[in-house]
Amino acid sequence: MNIQSCVEVCNEWDIVSARQLGRNMAKELGFGNVDQARITTAISELARNIYLYAGNGKICIEAAEKMGKRGLKIIATDNGPGIKDIRKVMEDGYTTSGGLGAGLPGVKRLMDEFMIDSVVGSGTEIIATKWLR
Amino acid sequence: MSDRDLIIDRYKDLLKTYLKGKSETALYKGQQFSRKLIEQQISPDDVLSDHVSVLHELFPDMSEELKDSFDFLLEVMIGYGFAYREHQSLRTRQRQLESEIEVAASMQQTLLMSDVPTVDGLDIGVKSVPAKKMNGDYFNFVKDHKSVSIAVADIIGKGIPAALCMSMIKYAMDSLPEQRMQPNLLLENLNRVVEQNVHPNMFITMLYGLYDTDLHEFYYAGAGHEPGFFYRASEDRFEDMFAKGLVLGVSRQTRYKEYQLRVNLGDMIILLSDGVTECRTSKGFIERDEIVDLIRAHMHKPAQEVVESVFNELERLQEFELRDDFTLIILKRKV
Repeated sequence: MNIQSCVEVCNEWDIVSARQLGRNMAKELGFGNVDQARITTAISELARNIYLYAGNGKICIEAAEKMGKRGLKIIATDNGPGIKDIRKVMEDGYTTSGGLGAGLPGVKRLMDEFMIDSVVGSGTEIIATKWLR
Repeated sequence: MSDRDLIIDRYKDLLKTYLKGKSETALYKGQQFSRKLIEQQISPDDVLSDHVSVLHELFPDMSEELKDSFDFLLEVMIGYGFAYREHQSLRTRQRQLESEIEVAASMQQTLLMSDVPTVDGLDIGVKSVPAKKMNGDYFNFVKDHKSVSIAVADIIGKGIPAALCMSMIKYAMDSLPEQRMQPNLLLENLNRVVEQNVHPNMFITMLYGLYDTDLHEFYYAGAGHEPGFFYRASEDRFEDMFAKGLVLGVSRQTRYKEYQLRVNLGDMIILLSDGVTECRTSKGFIERDEIVDLIRAHMHKPAQEVVESVFNELERLQEFELRDDFTLIILKRKV
């Protein structure tokens, strides 16, 4: 059974809590320093998106398992405005916050698996997983 | 052993060598090694993390604070890794775009390029070179049993939008065969097409002429196009070939005037785009007189060699960097 831990995100400090949660889990699972830093960066980005564009939502972290692989799964959900053109936000260079290489395509590259689901007017869910090597 | 382990091992060796001798050779090797890292698309945060693990191995007695400080540095460097990966993916995309433009450009060539006709009694030379991948200049010849018509056009603006617009001009002209013999009417019709179909901030200049190969008369009209030259052999003199007329696409009511020139043996009609006269050299814009001098220096040669020579010379003067599309056409009466 997977235990899931969640952090509500509604202000900038919650981003730090979400990172902390992710880092603890990553350490526990045995991720090295670089992967820990990548996972927390991915969490930062996802949490920032929630904070900036949805207002509030939550980040949940859980241990994942698939075909003998172990990993960490980040689930970011919000009830914000949703994303009209997902293809566009997944394009490199498209960013509303002026970040370099950041944004969703950056998160996708930091992680091993990435899934996004968004409905305009009702919210967005992003699931990103990193497997232990 | 994985590639990754090999790289860490190699890094460790290089670092050890350097720490031992602090030689320039070792540093040079490090620099060469970085090329290999870039080739294998290893991002800066990975290199840092390798460096840290090698340090742990070489100096197990490092203080905890020092160790922790590397965690902090790593966190900072993750952002660079982010940017690096985006750069990689943008580069791939740029390559894709470039090859797509390549395909579009060659398609434009096939669609637009007109063959230079062989006309009895006339020696024709043409040189048209785009500044970027796609040509915003356009020329077209249509020949029948007693005449040959020539159009030279230039879109204000260059690159892909200009090229797309050019295709429209070509098809519009193809659909106006009845006006082919009357340059001013052809421009008036074309002007209406452009005015209706092209974005208001895009303009087209054109010179359209008809050479009567029986009578050796040249009828032409111009729409704001760079004036050509007429070489009168009897006086050994170049004249500007002015043709008054508003650029295409400004106003639906524009009227154009038809001009007529009697072409004698040895006379030359020289048509060009502003890419020829707007050549910028280290001394500033090139003067029309200088173009005339260039043509004069080569005019004893066949027309095609003249336009090639003028182009080569201007290309050299601009240090091989074309800023605008270049089109130069010479018609010389030889019989």
